[in-house]
Amino acid sequence: MLRIKCPICGLRDETEFTYGADAIVRRPDMDETNPQDWLNYVFYRDDPKGPHKEYWHHVQGCRQWLVLERNTLSHEIGACRLAREVPK
Amino acid sequence: MSNYSAFSIFRHALSGNKNWSRAWRDPDPKPSYDVLIVGGGGHGLATAYYLAKEHDIRNVAVIEKGWLGGGNTGRNTTIVRSNYMMPGNTMFYERSMKLWENLSQDLNFNVMLSQRGQYNLCHSPGQMDAARRRGNVMRANGIDAELFDRDEVRRRLPYLDYSDNCRFPVHGAIFQSRAGTARHDAVAWGYARAADKQGVDIIQQCEVVGYLWEDGKIIGVETTKGPIRAGKVGLAVAGHTGHLASKAGLRLPIETHALQAFVSEPLKPLIDTVISFGAAHFYISQSDKGGLVMGGDLEGYNSYAQLGGLPIVEHALGSAKALIPSLSRLRLLRQWAGVMDMSMDGSPIIAKTPVEGLYLNGGWCYGGFKATPASGWCFAWTIAKDEPHEDNCEFTLNRFEHGYQIDEKGMGPQPNAH
Repeated sequence: MLRIKCPICGLRDETEFTYGADAIVRRPDMDETNPQDWLNYVFYRDDPKGPHKEYWHHVQGCRQWLVLERNTLSHEIGACRLAREVPK
Repeated sequence: MSNYSAFSIFRHALSGNKNWSRAWRDPDPKPSYDVLIVGGGGHGLATAYYLAKEHDIRNVAVIEKGWLGGGNTGRNTTIVRSNYMMPGNTMFYERSMKLWENLSQDLNFNVMLSQRGQYNLCHSPGQMDAARRRGNVMRANGIDAELFDRDEVRRRLPYLDYSDNCRFPVHGAIFQSRAGTARHDAVAWGYARAADKQGVDIIQQCEVVGYLWEDGKIIGVETTKGPIRAGKVGLAVAGHTGHLASKAGLRLPIETHALQAFVSEPLKPLIDTVISFGAAHFYISQSDKGGLVMGGDLEGYNSYAQLGGLPIVEHALGSAKALIPSLSRLRLLRQWAGVMDMSMDGSPIIAKTPVEGLYLNGGWCYGGFKATPASGWCFAWTIAKDEPHEDNCEFTLNRFEHGYQIDEKGMGPQPNAH
């Protein structure tokens, strides 16, 4: 069981959250016409073995989107911030 | 190395079973090979075997960071089937099924293939329509498929929940009688022994830490046992595909996720087939030792850790109880997890990569075990001929670029949903 420290609700079980996606990935501007940028955005991932930044939705809590730093090999949980406060 | 036979068992019994020879050699790596396969699981070993057998390329090594079959080959629920309907998938998995059917004879190693059949249950009229369509595609391609209504499923699987207050009532099932299970360890060992016999070097406890480059081309690998040069390098590393590709500067449409499986305490014979629940992601069969073998959903978040959490245990066992109420007092004996190379459309990649000298076999999601023979067969073809066989020509790396995804489940580019 992962335990995530939500900045609003405090330490909560993984079952309150829904995993979103890799938080490194950035959607291109809507007027971007280079297909390679859209290809990278939709399909391609770094898939790191180690530190990973990812979106989680505290869907059964404060309903905020969060950016969590977590290690994909050790499952060690790092900093957790509100997604809207993470610089783009 | 001698052939295994009933006579050899008898002969060795007379000498107290003291004179069996090694099943395969344990060589040190040579400085150079024609083809080097990274990953000593079923797919890698099968590739080496078919390179030697079908293409007469025998100066081949398989290198493995742990032990043979210690990754996903030994971490699955051992189900084999070929009930796929998307072009690109259908005939590939049927090739695999046909290879399975003769695999024990071909390898001279009993992989204990048991064609006990597989039911995919349907829980709504819409699912029955989808199953009928799938069955028609299969039959049009010469693959066996039968559609059963509720009464026929009830006659065949009387232990499912058919009560009036059942949350997901059984409407029927699509059945493939040639599907079944195989002993997963034996698949790794059988391919290893057969490949070794053809001259392939199998090198365990040898981890790839980087690649050897020359003029932007990969000409070998750097390992914990030193550099090994190779004309061609093939990756068959399942959950570590993204990791090893990134060392070659490649970014892939793949994420690594953990998947658990479970075995219960042993029971008297109860389930003589393979059953997939249609209302949740859950499948169950019974091993020869009597344990119920069960699998369910991914953990849902990226993971390279070969361990899973309790929420999925609860989810899978809840599904088990919803499907077969009589299992409610059953205890689990073992639980484990493997790391899956989840591709963005749920289908694999068997192709040359943009990096010269590097070939990729990955993106198996959790459908890799059944694919083992055809995966090795097609990957060997692709490496030997530098072009795909007809049966893996859709499993390209650039299909995402061109809009030719093979999304069997219609989930979209969400690797944790496939």
